[in-house]
Amino acid sequence: MALTGIFLISFLLIHVALNACLFNDLSWFNEHDNGSMFNRAAHFMGNSLIIRILEFGLFAGFIVHIVQGYVVEARNRSRRSKGYQVSLGSRGSKWYSRSMALLGTLILLFLIVHVAHFWVPSRITHDLEEASYRNNTVQVHNLFLRMYEVFQQGWVVILYLLGVGSLTFHLFQGFHSAWRSLGVHNRKYLAMLQSLGYVFTVVVCVLFALMPLSMYFHWVNPYN
Amino acid sequence: MLDAKIPAGPLEKKWEDYKSHVKLVNPANKRKLEIIVIGTGLAGASAAASLGELGYKVKAFCFQDSPRRAHSIAAQGGINAAKNYQNDGDSVFRLFYDTIKGGDYRAREANVYRLADVSRNIIDQCVAQGVPFAREYGGLLSNRSFGGTQVQRTFYAAGQTGQQLLIGAYQSLERQVALGNVKMYTRHEMLEVVMVDGKARGIIARDLVSGELERHFGHAVLLCSGGYGNVFYLSTNAMGSNVTAAWKAHKKGAAFGNPCFTQIHPTCIPVTGDHQSKLTLMSESLRNDGRIWVPKKQGETRRPGEIPEEERDYYLERRYPAFGNLVPRDVASRAAKERCDAGYGVGSSKQAVYLDYADAIQRYGKIEASKQGLANADAATIIKLGKDVVKEKYGNLFDMYEKITGENPYEVPMRIYPAVHYTMGGLWVDYELMTTIPGLYALGEANFSDHGANRLGASALMQGLADGYFVIPYTIGNYLADEIRVNAIPTDHPAFVEAENEVRSRIEKLMSIQGKHTVESMHKRLGKIMWDKCGMARNAQGLREAIEEIRALKKEFWTDIRIPGKINEFNPELDKAGRVADFIELGELMCLDALQREESCGGHFREEFQTEEGEALRQDDQFMYVAAWQMKGEHEWELHKEELRYDVVKPSARSYK
Amino acid sequence: MEHYNMKLTLKVWRQENKNTAGRFETYEVADISSEMSFLEMFDVLNDRLIEAGKDPIAFDHDCREGICGMCSMHINGRPHGPWHATTTCQLHMRAFKDGDTIVVEPWRANAFPVIKDLAVDRSSFDRIIQAGGFISVNTGNAQDGNALPIDKTSADASFAAASCIGCGACVAACKNASASLFTAAKVAHLALLPQGEPERKLRVLSMVDQMEKEGFGSCTFTGACEAVCPKEISVTNISMMHKEYLVAGLASEK
Repeated sequence: MALTGIFLISFLLIHVALNACLFNDLSWFNEHDNGSMFNRAAHFMGNSLIIRILEFGLFAGFIVHIVQGYVVEARNRSRRSKGYQVSLGSRGSKWYSRSMALLGTLILLFLIVHVAHFWVPSRITHDLEEASYRNNTVQVHNLFLRMYEVFQQGWVVILYLLGVGSLTFHLFQGFHSAWRSLGVHNRKYLAMLQSLGYVFTVVVCVLFALMPLSMYFHWVNPYN
Repeated sequence: MLDAKIPAGPLEKKWEDYKSHVKLVNPANKRKLEIIVIGTGLAGASAAASLGELGYKVKAFCFQDSPRRAHSIAAQGGINAAKNYQNDGDSVFRLFYDTIKGGDYRAREANVYRLADVSRNIIDQCVAQGVPFAREYGGLLSNRSFGGTQVQRTFYAAGQTGQQLLIGAYQSLERQVALGNVKMYTRHEMLEVVMVDGKARGIIARDLVSGELERHFGHAVLLCSGGYGNVFYLSTNAMGSNVTAAWKAHKKGAAFGNPCFTQIHPTCIPVTGDHQSKLTLMSESLRNDGRIWVPKKQGETRRPGEIPEEERDYYLERRYPAFGNLVPRDVASRAAKERCDAGYGVGSSKQAVYLDYADAIQRYGKIEASKQGLANADAATIIKLGKDVVKEKYGNLFDMYEKITGENPYEVPMRIYPAVHYTMGGLWVDYELMTTIPGLYALGEANFSDHGANRLGASALMQGLADGYFVIPYTIGNYLADEIRVNAIPTDHPAFVEAENEVRSRIEKLMSIQGKHTVESMHKRLGKIMWDKCGMARNAQGLREAIEEIRALKKEFWTDIRIPGKINEFNPELDKAGRVADFIELGELMCLDALQREESCGGHFREEFQTEEGEALRQDDQFMYVAAWQMKGEHEWELHKEELRYDVVKPSARSYK
Repeated sequence: MEHYNMKLTLKVWRQENKNTAGRFETYEVADISSEMSFLEMFDVLNDRLIEAGKDPIAFDHDCREGICGMCSMHINGRPHGPWHATTTCQLHMRAFKDGDTIVVEPWRANAFPVIKDLAVDRSSFDRIIQAGGFISVNTGNAQDGNALPIDKTSADASFAAASCIGCGACVAACKNASASLFTAAKVAHLALLPQGEPERKLRVLSMVDQMEKEGFGSCTFTGACEAVCPKEISVTNISMMHKEYLVAGLASEK
């Protein structure tokens, strides 16, 4: 769990970094960029052989993490057949640290929608519009436009925010727990990792949350 | 009847010579020899583990749910050993001498010397097992002084020395269980010794979960079942601590040594009411800085803070100006009782005295203020600084006090009262730890052996482990070497059948009474008789009354006790009833012993025998013996005397002036 | 400290033995002094039950001073009750007020079957120790106690882990009924000392395997065990056990 978890955390870092290219469209930077930076980054990811190979690893990582997660949860639940009338609740632990399976399931549901929104059209059905840059020398899928369209629907934005919210709490527990599971027991490093986990989670999740929001509220758009 | 089998030769050579000449059992024969160990405290666990390592087939029994829970675990202070790591002049001889003197010259020289001798091996063994003793920054073992000795020889692990030592022994025991050398029976209670041809050959035990009786054969039986302080109902012992195993042995013929020698510890948290189930010890170190007092007015109702200085009676400082609050345990205990009995007690029960830290806080605060260069510190600053120092030194004890009483000892004086803590008496054993029944041994607090009439602090752990690790593995061979031709006796032997029937009919009798009194209430009544008349101070008249009262109580118990539930189920009330029935019989013997011992020595204080200053008055010319009682019938005992000879140490009067 | 008397409603789990289904029974208990310990309150209730011809409530207890680890009650949803770093036997009734309802349950875990009422079978802990929670040194083989200096930090950390009393509150509180804190405390106690070195790898592998065999869950680091531990054993010990386990597992040739 811990190894796949840390692998997926590293994926999140790349994912958020590349997606953050869309903020290049903000009026602070270059509002006439119209997603070019973002689309070119996405194109690089889609066309580099190494990245395509890593993509299989990513899928495998997700599947192993999910399957293992459910197996661990099921086994752990079976260790107490008869529960308590009054439970300890949050007097000994945080609600989210006890709810990793639930949060993980929410993330999984979100992930299915998310893959259907962007990965499937870009890789399988190829029904994205093309955009060309550098004097038409580079032809790329206009994922930026697709995002913009998708995030004009309010319910989708809310769904994404819920997904990101689940991810936030999943990471609050998962980040430091992964290192503990891998045996980091030096108190100094544990304290550092715990702080790093909170900072990482907040930064990553706020950035992710801002993406649908900035599109929904037209802070960035492909038509300037 | 009593042959202590003390080896000849000079004192310091006895054990060495004994070990060199004792009979041995060869390894192939050890596999065929079975040993039963009752109790898994320091003595039992260490014995079972060591004998398992030697290759004997061991069965160990405890009434708790795990051997790790035996009450040795509760010992706080430490364990003595004559290591002389501090280079302060300690030696085997000094530890031996201190123990003999501390025991008020009522212990055997040879046993005590051996104890002091092997004390050094105990520390080595425990360190090797991974017992995390306190250490200095240099990585070497730390020592502290304890119980007013002049050398620092006490090894400790914070306030949990007993726990750490027991866990060490428990781990060794579980290792032998894993190796198949020891079979562990938890939640089992021994209820009878089985005798075949005059030798102990097994036990009847009851599975406390199913209630079933079981027969177990052994070539030898070791009783490591602890002390009997719970005869007083309230003591610092665990709720389950009992005399049953030792008492069953006594009823089968094993002599009981010095039953009246009990130790009463002066600094315990007092009783709060009739609901009280047990007492908690507070480390004796509190008397180093605290001042003990009671109001000068009887039946005082004001809060302690409202009582002005001139209306307080610092009775220890008044009576013992030289030693003040640091008088020995027995003196401090008796003085507190005297004040409370005279009507000066404090707290809601009026059975307590104050242990006051206000002066210490002031004193430390002033020292601290001057250290920090605060020339004109105000009163509040001084108190704050003083509290910090006291917290540093005694914080954990203060916390414990607050948890139990709900009072903040930094603000209001603590209330303390003496409580029964340890029993020096027990089954009489010879130098080899064998009782008067061949093949039946007693180890640790269960025997009467090494502490005489009074035990020194940090010596109980030492004795339990000495017996289990370093004495019994040698001495038992001397007996078992002659038993190698004895095959395991099948448990359908008539002796087993008869013993089991006796146990069964006793249990059935108990269950059939269905009277009005709960076991607990009868135990409380016994405890009150014992505490009032055979407690800190005893006199002939009180003891005679106590014997009558106990006999009446016994009648009442056996005609009017009420035990709920069934025999063949988990029934703690039934377990307790059996134990209380034995305590009642023991109580009578304790009073009898206290009555015959017309002297004051150690923990035994007869009011008729004291000096003009109220000090204990020994009668060495008449009572320098071990009183070993043999049961002859109901309410009937025969007294055997083992004369004590002091070849090396010359007995003198203990003096604190 | 002002004392007061209270009347309480107790909802207590009653179960005849491990093969029968249990149920809650409700008892009204009057005249309980705030000075009593929690177990003394149970003594009073049991005395009254016996006098009324009913079966008293079975519960485990022994030293009643917080060190033997025998007492085991899940009080209002928390192992050992509401006070921090306190065993059931040290809990006193001033933690409650007149009119309170208190729900008392046994430790719940499949590896801790109920024996009767509130008493459970914790022999699985002994078997975990048997699997390797010791240093193999026969009596009489020891070198001098000071022959092996141990740095104070390690000795103190080892002691802190060794202060575990084996009560099982960690299992009772853990949502996974994991015995990781108990097992880790023993692994850490011995791994932090040079004496424990020779068996270090074998020890952690066998103890963890035994823990799983006994039917305890795995650790997901919620921290509930640490929060209820009466001896404040740190959850960091579990991280250490994981490290020991990984290192030992990787080095293992089997």
